[in-house]
Amino acid sequence: MTDELAGILEHVDRIAALDLEDVSPTSHVVELENVLRPDRPRPSWPRDVVLAQAPDPVAGAFRVPSPQADA
Amino acid sequence: MPELEAVIGLEIHVQLATKTKMFCGCELSFGAEPNVHTCPICLAHPGVLPVPNEEAIRYALQIAAALGCEVAPRSIFHRKNYFYPDSPKAYQISQYDIPLASKGRLGEIRIHRAHLEEDAAKMIHVGESGRIQGSGTSLVDFNRGGTPLVEIVTEPDLRSAGEAAQWARLLRTTIRQLGVSDVNMEEGSLRVDANVSLRPAGSVELGTKTELKNMNSFRFLQRGVEAELGRQRELIEAGGAVVQETLHYEPQSGSLTSLRSKEEAHDYRYFPEPDLVPLAPTEAMLREARESLPELPMARVRRYQEELGLAQDPATQLAADPETADFFEQTATQADGVEPRIVANWVTGELAAALRQDGGEARAADSKVEPAALAALVVMVGARKISHGAGKAVLAALVAEGGEPASIVEREGLTQISDSGELESVVAATVEANPEAAAQVREGNEKAIGVIVGAVMRETKGRADGGEVKGLIRSQLGLD
Amino acid sequence: MGGLLELSVAEAAGRIAAGEVSPAEYLVAWRGAAARDELNAYLWRAEDPVEEGEGPLAGIPVAVKDIFCTEGVPTTAASRILQGYRPPYTAAAVSRLTDAGVSLLGKTNMDEFAMGSSNENSAYGPVLNPWDRGRVPGGSSGGSAAAVAGGLAPCAIGTDTGGSIRQPAALCGIVGLKPTYGAISRYGMIAFASSLDQCGPLTRDVTDAALLLSVLEGRDRCDSTSVGIAGGVRKPSREDLKGLRFAVPSELGGEGVETGVREVFEATLGRIESLGGEVAETPLPHAEHGISAYYLIAPAEASSNLARYDGVRYGTRAPGAGELVEMYEATRAVGFGPEVKRRIMLGTYALSSGYYDAYYGRAQKVRAKIAADFSSAFSAFDFVVTPTSPSVAFNLGEKSGDPLAMYLNDFFTVPMSLAGIPAISIPAGLAEPSGGGPQLPVGFQIAAPAFAEQNLLEAAYALERAIGFDQRPPAADVPQGPPGQSASGDGADA
Repeated sequence: MTDELAGILEHVDRIAALDLEDVSPTSHVVELENVLRPDRPRPSWPRDVVLAQAPDPVAGAFRVPSPQADA
Repeated sequence: MPELEAVIGLEIHVQLATKTKMFCGCELSFGAEPNVHTCPICLAHPGVLPVPNEEAIRYALQIAAALGCEVAPRSIFHRKNYFYPDSPKAYQISQYDIPLASKGRLGEIRIHRAHLEEDAAKMIHVGESGRIQGSGTSLVDFNRGGTPLVEIVTEPDLRSAGEAAQWARLLRTTIRQLGVSDVNMEEGSLRVDANVSLRPAGSVELGTKTELKNMNSFRFLQRGVEAELGRQRELIEAGGAVVQETLHYEPQSGSLTSLRSKEEAHDYRYFPEPDLVPLAPTEAMLREARESLPELPMARVRRYQEELGLAQDPATQLAADPETADFFEQTATQADGVEPRIVANWVTGELAAALRQDGGEARAADSKVEPAALAALVVMVGARKISHGAGKAVLAALVAEGGEPASIVEREGLTQISDSGELESVVAATVEANPEAAAQVREGNEKAIGVIVGAVMRETKGRADGGEVKGLIRSQLGLD
Repeated sequence: MGGLLELSVAEAAGRIAAGEVSPAEYLVAWRGAAARDELNAYLWRAEDPVEEGEGPLAGIPVAVKDIFCTEGVPTTAASRILQGYRPPYTAAAVSRLTDAGVSLLGKTNMDEFAMGSSNENSAYGPVLNPWDRGRVPGGSSGGSAAAVAGGLAPCAIGTDTGGSIRQPAALCGIVGLKPTYGAISRYGMIAFASSLDQCGPLTRDVTDAALLLSVLEGRDRCDSTSVGIAGGVRKPSREDLKGLRFAVPSELGGEGVETGVREVFEATLGRIESLGGEVAETPLPHAEHGISAYYLIAPAEASSNLARYDGVRYGTRAPGAGELVEMYEATRAVGFGPEVKRRIMLGTYALSSGYYDAYYGRAQKVRAKIAADFSSAFSAFDFVVTPTSPSVAFNLGEKSGDPLAMYLNDFFTVPMSLAGIPAISIPAGLAEPSGGGPQLPVGFQIAAPAFAEQNLLEAAYALERAIGFDQRPPAADVPQGPPGQSASGDGADA
């Protein structure tokens, strides 16, 4: 795995040589702004549906092993 | 060892009181059964996408306006990546280097920035220790997950624990008045963390700071900061160095525990949120935010002092609670011929005491006392139609049953004795009935007069004016 | 029965609308065909009672890549970590199809979480190319492409992040379209790289692709990056290419392109000219760095998008872990395949403190440059054309040991994804692979400016007519219907 990653990184590192001074990075192709939704409630999903996929549902909640130390 | 000064900054999270979550249409709730206000979006199911709540944006702009901030013409959302069960996407959508607002001020303290983000879910311990650590398993409730938050960060302008608590109270009052949040520290709709450090007085460089968490009241905030300042001071004076860390303040014991956390070492790998487009508040949105601002506490205190002649203390006290302040103003407006500062004293003094007496937490605006009734009462006392003491009795009745003072006065027969002949004879009789006290007064013991005054007041059921009674006693004893 | 399976989707919809064919009959025929899947194209097939549906596409079944959430129906993204997962909601793209009357035929196999160019990265086995079952169908929408090419579905939808619709379409000899970023809602599409992923059709011809696109496109309020295609999409009808200008990028010529592929490409350029189109070279100076930029941006976004698979709320959880981090690590170690792990590591690295500027940050700048290169090209040209893939379908296992070699399959398709512009692959001919062997399909890629799908489809339609590609994969050994009626039509028949 390490060799493979090293090989890939070597390839992608080619962009280090490019002149990119005047460029602002783009994250979006589409120039949209202020796409928002009204503050209107709609029904939540029923709890039994929501918990149906849970690996360890207990007392209406999702149970997980505790962390060893606070994160 | 040079003198050390405290340098404190606050990091505040305000839960917005919108109807729905920040990025989905689930209702906000408090105290509901676990996981009844969730959906695939706030549970981070595969394939879901966030869409921002326009009311949350509006509320955030109002907060920015109230704090005198500059609003970024274009701000973006970022992903803050970390693994924890209360973070279902394993990233929090927040704002990083281009926040919605910055460079504001509230009172003496500068605001560094204010931005929008979403709240984490709630983890409940299942175990005996009462803390998540070491309890074996935890349960996650996602009802709270996704609640809109505004995070406010101050510059490190605070210089004492007391100042920090006081300013935090001012911030709370200000935001509460906007109506955008309950800002209740006990319920968690207002959370305040402190960044604390010490440096030699007069220095401009900042010392190493620690972050203090888990203070869920203004009192605990003050105590926590005090405790940490003390700890740092001791450490420095012993020649040690403060280590940057996050500390958990335990209010019961007053102890500070280091969270052996990866917080400092944690790399959140921030990058712009590709599922959301930028926020570019329009001129109309900014204007609406500015115009929606009510008179905020700082401005009201100033007006009370400058225009209504109140002293600073009652002005600050009233401005701290907008509804009480409104009550005061309505009363003052109707109390013809009475100075506002007298009305203020009645509201913050006698009325507050009467409400406390009545039990419960009732505030003036919630009580049975109408501003018109209080105004009439204050006018009556000012015109000496009833004595101050009688006024207090009437006030107690107003608190208990509402109504208006004139009918209570008549019913209880509290009209001040204005016929001095009647009063003179009562005084004479009382002086005669209290020869020892009378003798002491003649001898120069001013305090003894109180006994006779008290007896007269009892006799007249408080309908006499205390000052007048005193004067009559003295003249009858031949003193004036 | 065999005849029904020969109809294009547009033809079938027309006959159904005219009452000549019943929707149920058409659906049943396709269910039968899908059940004869020997290519491992399907991970799940519908077996509930046939419901006819209502709307312009009533009775039309569609094979849906298993990356689209379908309520109550297993959705795995070809990963172990979602084994058994049944979403509580349906993807917007799928809903738009079913609202038009479409029926879900099955969920198709794919590279795990859409990471791959050969469909060898599925946790549920590779998909086989119907043209040669020893070869890959391409990826990541390999199952969808193989299903359409192999007569197991009349049409399909897939997703394209760096070429995952176009490249398998090319390797399987069918049409594959990646629309402009934002044309179709991403809501319900399991995210790989959010700023690149797009839904698109895989069909037998350009008209069917246009038909599906016209139903799929549109703004969705659940996806704030979606805008739809202004003016919508109509059935194409163009007969020639007079007055249209086609650009061949000067930098993308180079090594790595198989001889056979280059020959078909050149021949197709000739065909464009004979239809009245102009062909000339144009510089796209940064396009050759597309792979580098893509293999930084996509894994970075993926490392964040895949972090939610933690065993807490759905999907598989590794048993026996007594502590939280142990649970996370065990779940993901077992649940993710090696390519997914590789990309998560790469992506995490590209975003990490101290490396962000050199990697992710730079890659986004390169992306902006590539988009600018295309804009420049489109000021003088209507389309940019390239071979879709540097090679025809390669052998199973041939490139799976060398990730970088695998990534280079996307060389021609990645720049359009980075720029967000629409691109289509149409079959242009057959060619022998460089290692020798029977001829295999070659795809021709046409790219257009953002939201110019109608122009793109018109040009592709005219060219498709002129090329007249009518070859089909050799018939399978299994009988396809009553004797004398072959379901898969022409092709080398035994």
